[in-house]
Amino acid sequence: MGKLYKHHLFWPLCILAALLLFNLFYSPDFFSITMHDGHLYGSLIDILNFGAPLILVAIGMTLVVATKGIDLSVGSIVAISGALACLTISKGTDQNALGLIVISILLAVGLSVLLGAWNGLLVSVAGIQPIIATLILMVAGRGIAQLVTGGQIITVSSSKYSYIGSGALATLPFSIFVVVLMLIVALLLTRKTSLGLFIESVGCNPTASLMAGIRANWVILSVYVFCGVCAGIAGLILSSNVSSADGNNAGLWYELDAILAVVIGGTSLNGGRFYLTGTVIGALIIQTLTTTIYMIGVPPEITLVVKSFVVLAVCLIQSDSFRAAIFYRWKTRHYPGEKESIRHVS
Amino acid sequence: MSTQKPILQMKQIHKRFPGVKALSNVNLRLFPGEVHALMGENGAGKSTLIKVLTGVYSIDEGSVEMEEAPISVQSPLESQAAGISTVYQEVNLCPNLTVAENIFIGREPRKFGRILWKEMNKRAQEILSERLNLQIDVTEPLYMYSVAVQQLVAIARALNISAKVLILDEPTSSLDKNEVQQLFRIMEKLKQDGLAILFVTHFLDQMYEISDRVTILRNGEFVGEYMAKDLPRLDLVLKMIGKELNLLEELPSLAEEYKDSLGEELVKADGLGRKGAIEPFDLSIHKGEVVGLAGLLGSGRTEAARLFFGADKPDSGKLIFSGRSEGVHTPREAIGRRIAFCSENRKTEGIIGDLTVRENIILALQAKQGVFRTISRKQQEEYADEYIRMLNINPPSPDHLIKNLSGGNQQKVLLARWLLTSPQLFILDEPTRGIDIGAKAEIQKLVLSLSRQGMSFLFISSELEEVLRVSGRIAILRDRHKVKEISGKDMSQHQIMQAIAGG
Ligand SMILES: Nc1ncnc2c1ncn2[C@@H]1O[C@H](COP(=O)(O)OP(=O)(O)OP(=O)(O)O)[C@@H](O)[C@H]1O
Ligand SMILES: [Mg+2]
Repeated sequence: MGKLYKHHLFWPLCILAALLLFNLFYSPDFFSITMHDGHLYGSLIDILNFGAPLILVAIGMTLVVATKGIDLSVGSIVAISGALACLTISKGTDQNALGLIVISILLAVGLSVLLGAWNGLLVSVAGIQPIIATLILMVAGRGIAQLVTGGQIITVSSSKYSYIGSGALATLPFSIFVVVLMLIVALLLTRKTSLGLFIESVGCNPTASLMAGIRANWVILSVYVFCGVCAGIAGLILSSNVSSADGNNAGLWYELDAILAVVIGGTSLNGGRFYLTGTVIGALIIQTLTTTIYMIGVPPEITLVVKSFVVLAVCLIQSDSFRAAIFYRWKTRHYPGEKESIRHVS
Repeated sequence: MSTQKPILQMKQIHKRFPGVKALSNVNLRLFPGEVHALMGENGAGKSTLIKVLTGVYSIDEGSVEMEEAPISVQSPLESQAAGISTVYQEVNLCPNLTVAENIFIGREPRKFGRILWKEMNKRAQEILSERLNLQIDVTEPLYMYSVAVQQLVAIARALNISAKVLILDEPTSSLDKNEVQQLFRIMEKLKQDGLAILFVTHFLDQMYEISDRVTILRNGEFVGEYMAKDLPRLDLVLKMIGKELNLLEELPSLAEEYKDSLGEELVKADGLGRKGAIEPFDLSIHKGEVVGLAGLLGSGRTEAARLFFGADKPDSGKLIFSGRSEGVHTPREAIGRRIAFCSENRKTEGIIGDLTVRENIILALQAKQGVFRTISRKQQEEYADEYIRMLNINPPSPDHLIKNLSGGNQQKVLLARWLLTSPQLFILDEPTRGIDIGAKAEIQKLVLSLSRQGMSFLFISSELEEVLRVSGRIAILRDRHKVKEISGKDMSQHQIMQAIAGG
């Protein structure tokens, strides 16, 4: 029991369960799943489907945070990638041609690699603080996305492209498979090779890591590239889901939700140990929260306030020192100081 | 003195950490106007006892009394308010801030929320000159001063007006002889002022020189409290480690025998130098040779060693490996040439605190092999177990986070990390800092036996006895110059002292 309570997934899972239960009481058919034309429908499926881009971005963010970094530009990369893919497709004569779709995807992911590498180089080689280095692309990226879309919302009509974000495979949304695939890639990269060890080592003590012979710059570069790729794919899913690219609003505030998901999942912003499964659960918590807030009809003016209070509560529950403080007050009420001192004096 | 009442008394203290019983049934009494030494092997629980007293950790069981009234301290701030001033084993000062800022950080004198800089500097100067007899410019950044002065600044930071108890956890481990004397004079003065001083050290001489009373811990258990003058050296050691120790006496003979049989030259520094760190110097190291580097702190010992490892870039000269001139530009390249470097800054350049002992041990080898040739979990555990046994790392479990190990045991893990890479040249910068007497002898023996198997060493230590014991040749540095090289029969403490002093 003590062990279970200590496990890093304990609190995130509790919170997720609590949120889901709340929904169950609020709308009893929350858990119901129905089948239409070979697709599963239901609130749970929606959470997974709409949460897919966030989970992806958060997975990439986890590795960046583990190196004691942060990537504020993921939202912009989401927008740029979606914009480039949609632009490429809209330029085609036959928007449903498979070759065109593949090229557009490759272009978008390729650009994401470059953008991630840009961040990584600024942080590792130029030695700029991650928050500043990625702020540059966060701001400039929106401009780039605007440039790509020409200030318009580009719409495409390609059933093949929209499959990525709204198609179904074996009755489940296709985006879920993309997420699972990327999660497996991340797990393999970090746990089957030594990359995970090096990431944690660099995040915890970069100087000592260098002295131990780790190529810290390579490690940092690679996590930012991976994060960029994750954001790029998230951008594809997002734009394909609505068959359009909006340079202004696509992926807006994603960086904040992703960072929250990482922290809720148990990875510390101080770098070091990271928990990919924790992050996935953290992202699910945030997505469930968003869905819940819409479902119970919180007035739109205060949705953000409600959301931030719940997030605050979640963070407090997770904080060891907060729990200890509460627990300490509770404990001292049961064992008053006087009693103890009397025992020792006698 | 025995009629005096203790100012502070800890009774039957117990403290457990997950999987480790750090303290069981420990007592401690501190008397005003006395220096009390706390002694024990690495991991005996000395730092833990101090930390439960000052509220860093909570006490599981037991009581603390200050002037006969029970106190219950919940945080270091509270303990300071209660009159207990502490300098912890890992001193946390900010080298870039001024001396005065370091002393007053977090409690700057203020008026209407504005910091009164003049007032702060004045008061800093007062504390240093009146209580510690130290005349320095408090507006200079801290890094301008020697480690000893920094240590004194840490004490000044800890001392406040109402301090009744001063706790110093291994304050001398990075000081040289003169600096230790400087510190002791100040401790004497504070003692005259009526302070009770608790002092942790691994040096027996220092203990006998300064302490009135001594408390001994072994494996977290209370062995006893003795008057220092009534406790013979042998008894002290016996009580600390639970068995007799005569390792140190055998050593010199080992050092003698291998000196004549030098192997081929392994690496040679040819005019190697770096501005502001070390003037160009020549030094060759042969296969299986132990070369000592002696000199005061700040004389350029560490700086010279760092050039061999590529941790800093030289701006003159070159390194020559078996006759061929080749640069070493990064630690990674140095490791590729089978050079290892165990830094003196354990915390900043050594341990990866949040990783386990096992991960810390395999880190350098894994980095050498690259990302894809991962050492299997099973193999990692075998390596870890092997070195935990060989170096007597305590607690003997590879899955503890290294930051939870005692200082001395962290040092052993770092030695293990580098030994695992089977280096040709092993640069040891203060390898026995914070290591207990038993383990110190073990490490010296290890150096000698490995050198006989062909490993070369560059050995740096503030303890001359130690350098003399293990080295076949000693290079002496003064003021960032290499001034002399002595070997064989010329090597004596006197000789070295003279060269260091510039005679
Ligand atoms: N935060 C912690 N969590 C778990 N175990 C700990 C923690 N702090 C200390 N320990 C364990 O408690 C024991 C005593 O450690 P302590 O640091 O008090 O030793 P020490 O006597 O100061 O040794 P040294 O001379 O090496 O500094 C060690 O076995 C150590 O591993
Ligand atoms: Mg200690």
